[in-house]
Amino acid sequence: MTTAASIRRGRITRRIVRDVAPKVLVYLLLLPLTCFIIMPFAWMVGSSFKPIGSGIKFPPQFIPNPIVFTNYPLVFKTIPFLMYTRNSLIVTLTVIVGEVLSASVVGYSFARLRFPGRDLMFVVLLATMMIPYPVTMVPTFIVFKILRWVDTYLPLTIPAFFAPPFAVFLLRQFFLTVNRELDDAAKVDGCNELRILFQILMPLSKPALTTVAIFSFTANWNDFLGPLIYLSSARMYTLALGINYLRSFRGGGDLAPQMAAAVMFSLPCIVLFFLGQKYFVQGIVTTGLKG
Amino acid sequence: MARSGTLAGPRRRSGMGLARREAMMGLLLVSPWLLGFLIFTLGPMAASLWFSFCEYKVIQPPRWIGLGNYQRMFTDDLFYRSLSVTTRYTLVSVPLGILAALAVAVLLNQNVPGARVIRTIFYLPSVVSGVAVALVFSWIFNYRFGILNYVIGLFGIRGPDWLGRPQWALWAFILMSLWGIGGNMIILLAALQGVPVSLHEAAEIDGANSFVRFWTITMPMISPALLLVTIMSIIGSWQVFTSAYIMTGGGPAYATLFYLLYLYRNAFNWFEMGYASAMAWVLFVIILVCTLLTLRGSQSLVHYEGA
Repeated sequence: MTTAASIRRGRITRRIVRDVAPKVLVYLLLLPLTCFIIMPFAWMVGSSFKPIGSGIKFPPQFIPNPIVFTNYPLVFKTIPFLMYTRNSLIVTLTVIVGEVLSASVVGYSFARLRFPGRDLMFVVLLATMMIPYPVTMVPTFIVFKILRWVDTYLPLTIPAFFAPPFAVFLLRQFFLTVNRELDDAAKVDGCNELRILFQILMPLSKPALTTVAIFSFTANWNDFLGPLIYLSSARMYTLALGINYLRSFRGGGDLAPQMAAAVMFSLPCIVLFFLGQKYFVQGIVTTGLKG
Repeated sequence: MARSGTLAGPRRRSGMGLARREAMMGLLLVSPWLLGFLIFTLGPMAASLWFSFCEYKVIQPPRWIGLGNYQRMFTDDLFYRSLSVTTRYTLVSVPLGILAALAVAVLLNQNVPGARVIRTIFYLPSVVSGVAVALVFSWIFNYRFGILNYVIGLFGIRGPDWLGRPQWALWAFILMSLWGIGGNMIILLAALQGVPVSLHEAAEIDGANSFVRFWTITMPMISPALLLVTIMSIIGSWQVFTSAYIMTGGGPAYATLFYLLYLYRNAFNWFEMGYASAMAWVLFVIILVCTLLTLRGSQSLVHYEGA
C-alpha cells in the first residue's frame, strides 16, 4: 500500500515538474510585462478622480485619496466637450459609410469580375497601402485649399468615398472565400452585379464589414494630424484636437481634468474593442495593419 | 441596370459579348478606387514632385528653382537633426519592439490559462493610440512627480528628467513605443499558431530539444510574418508625429524633432510648401529603400511554404 502511494506521489511530483513548472515560469515572465502595459491605463483612470493639484504631489498615488468626481464636469465646463464629440461623430460616421460602401463595390469587382488590367490594378492597390500619408499631404492640402474646403469636414471625409486600399483588400479577401455558386445562381435568376453584391454577398460578409467599420472608427476617432491640418476654427475641432486644447486653459492644465478628458476620449474605442475583439484580431491578421 | 439586356444578351450574343459586358461592369465598379488613386495618390505625388523643384509659399504661385530645395537640405542643420533623430529611433525601437513582441507571442502561445485576457491587455494600447496616450505619458515621464521615476526610485535609482534632457528624451519615446507592441504581437501569435504541431512532434521524436526546434522549425515558419511586421514597423517609425507634437514639440534642443514633425512645421507653420514637398519625396525614397533593403536582406532568411 505504502509503495503504491509513494509511486503515485512520485508521479504527481514529476507531473508538476514537467507540466506545471513551465507554466509558472511563463506567468512569472508575463506578469511584469502585463503590469507595464496596464500601468498607464490604471494611472489615467486613477488620476481622473484625484483632486486638483495632485499632479505635482510626491509620492504619486495610484489610488486617489480622496476620490473626487468633479474633474469630469470640469472638462465639460472648460471646453465644449459635447460639441467636439458631435464633430468627431460626424466625421467618423461619414467616413465609415463612405468606406464600407465604396470598398464593397470595388472589392466585389476585384474578387468576382474579369476585366482588362485587373491584376495590375490590384498590385498597384497593394503598393499604395505602403505609401505613407505625409508623402501626399502637402499637395492634397493645396488642392483642398484651392477648392475652399479647408476648415470644413470635406477633406477628412470625401477621400473615404474613393475606396481606401486597406478596406478594399480586406473585403476582396473575404468575398473570395464566399461560395461562388450563390452568385452564379442569382445571375441565372437575372440579378445584376449590384444586387448580387448588396443582397447576397454583403449580408454574408458581416464579419468583414464589421472589421472595416471598427478599424475605420478607431483610426478616424484618434486621427490628430488630419484635423490639425484642415480644421482651423475652434467650433469645427474634433475631440482629438479639442482635448489637446484643454492644456492651454488655466483650470484644465492640471493632471486630473486632463486625465478625465483622456478617459472619456478613449472610452468609445475601448468599449468597441471589447465588443468586437475577434474582428480586430481578424483584421490585423489579414492585412498586417495594426489599427 | 439594364436587366432585360442581361437576360436576353447571353442567348443572342456570343460568349465574347458576355465577357465584354463583364469587363465593362468590372471597370465601372472598380472606378471609385481608380479615381481615388488618381486624385488622392498619383496626382498629389506628381504635384509634390513638381513643387519640390519650386519655391512655393502659398501666397505666390510656385516658382521653379530646380534642385534648390534639395540643395538646401544639405545645409539645413534641422533637416540633418530630424533625419538623425528618426534614424536612431528606428534603429532602436524597431528591433527592440519586434523582439519584445515575439517574446510575448511565444509566451502566450504556451496555452497557459488566461492567455486570451493577457492578449487583450497587450492589444489595448493600439486602440487608444494618439492624443490620449500622449497626454498620459507626458505626466508619466514627469521628472519629479511622474509615476515612472517613482517606480524606478523604489529600486534606489534616481530616474532621469525624461522629457527635459536631450540625451534622454528619445529614450522616452522608445520606451513609449514598446508600450504599443500589441499589434505586432497579434500578427506573430497568429503565425505561431499556424505552425503545424506535427512538425514539432516529428522533430521531438528525432531528439531535437525545444531550443533547436524553435530555430529550425518555428523561426522559418513564422519568417514571412516577421518580415511583414519589420517592414510595417519601419514605415510606422518614420511617421511618428502626434506624440512628439504634444509631448515635446520637438524639444528639448531638437532632441525629438522627428522627420514628420519637421516636415509639418515647414509646410503648415512656415508655409514652405516647396521645401516640405521635397522632404516628403525624400521620405518616400527613404521608406522605399528601407523596404527594399529589408526584402533583399531577408531573402535567404524568409521561408515561404510551397515556394
